[in-house]
Amino acid sequence: MKRPIRVVVAKAGLDGHDRGAKVVARALRDAGMEVIYTGVHQTPEQVVETALQEDADAVGISLLSGAHNYIFPRVSELMKQKGMDDVLLFGGGIIPEADVPGLKKVGVERVFPPGASLEEIVRYVNEAVGKKRVGV
Amino acid sequence: MTGDLLARAREGDKRALARVLSAVENDEPRAADILRELYPKTGRARIVGVTGPPGGGKSTLVNRLAGAYREQGERVAIVAVDPSSPFSGGALLGDRIRMQERALDEGLFIRSMASRGHAGGLARTTARVVNVLDAIGYSVVLVETVGVGQEEVDVVRVVDTVCLVTVPGLGDDIQAIKAGVLEIADILVVNKADRPGADETARDLAQMLTLGKLRTEWKPPILRTVAATGEGVPDLVSAIARHAIWAGESGERDRRRRDAARSEVESLLRDGLVRRLRDRVGEDRVERAVARVADRALDPYAAVDELLED
Repeated sequence: MKRPIRVVVAKAGLDGHDRGAKVVARALRDAGMEVIYTGVHQTPEQVVETALQEDADAVGISLLSGAHNYIFPRVSELMKQKGMDDVLLFGGGIIPEADVPGLKKVGVERVFPPGASLEEIVRYVNEAVGKKRVGV
Repeated sequence: MTGDLLARAREGDKRALARVLSAVENDEPRAADILRELYPKTGRARIVGVTGPPGGGKSTLVNRLAGAYREQGERVAIVAVDPSSPFSGGALLGDRIRMQERALDEGLFIRSMASRGHAGGLARTTARVVNVLDAIGYSVVLVETVGVGQEEVDVVRVVDTVCLVTVPGLGDDIQAIKAGVLEIADILVVNKADRPGADETARDLAQMLTLGKLRTEWKPPILRTVAATGEGVPDLVSAIARHAIWAGESGERDRRRRDAARSEVESLLRDGLVRRLRDRVGEDRVERAVARVADRALDPYAAVDELLED
């Protein structure tokens, strides 16, 4: 049996605007993935522990609060500590373009700006997880 | 490789455990080895099921129960099942939302499962996932079913005690749960009991219990909880403990575990037979037969006879 892709979709930090995260979660589900939705106000520790216990292939974090330069590096650091190098980390939300290269450097493989299409996100997760799985 | 993974899972490595659970959930070839190794160590955990209609507060209640058992010093695992989409096969697993406050508790492990097209309120492999958590040393395993209607009664074949959670205001809908799901309940919980109508709901449930003949001499207690605040949860915990003691003494627990063993063996047997048959018959022949049945060129019975021949 083909193993469905498992994705944790999380809202990290203090902003409670989860509409975007829910829309993305729904789109990933409709693409045949199993989406573990954590709800809002998650700490990096909670997000990483969730991905670990759920044996997720990917973690997507939505951030609108401006805390991305703290949250993403911390999530990435925790994932490395726990040996989760084979888990994809991506994000989206209000993140200035100027910050994106820095985030990529710390292991956020892709950042989707506002207006990114759902098809694009689904295609990306499918392809990127596919590559990760072949790699292990 | 499998042995190493298991050893690490036993030592408390949650990532290794998560991998083991995936192997079992996905029927990976090594799943059989894993269960062969672990099965002798199962049967020690207290396994509690929480079932009931959607929106009744099952996840919130499971979160509260987990907290209560953690206070008693138990190591707790939660298996929360949500439905898969029949169209895409995907699933939105949202039970954790109510449990995330405990995500970092060292003595707790939470795993979400999609039903993956299985219709009994659980996933096909939920019993095996519970077995793994039991064998690995979790002393309490809480199993949350998908939101159920009437016929999703698989949980009774996996757990020792079934809690059926309902809420006030379902009105006559409560009639709908009286068959099937109500019959498997060991404990009836009226959650959101701070809402109007809780008394009526409790009364309806009590009445329904008097209508039918009880399966055993255990009379399911009717409890009121407000999962959001934790009210009534200690009573629920003691009712579960009382049921466990009764089930142990009366032989009900052994009987249920025998039923569970039967259903597990039969289900694996069925899987095995179907796989063998499919290999022998071949997908192509099945597809061709299906096409002819759809065109009304062949009736389904004749199609099956034809496929099973030779």
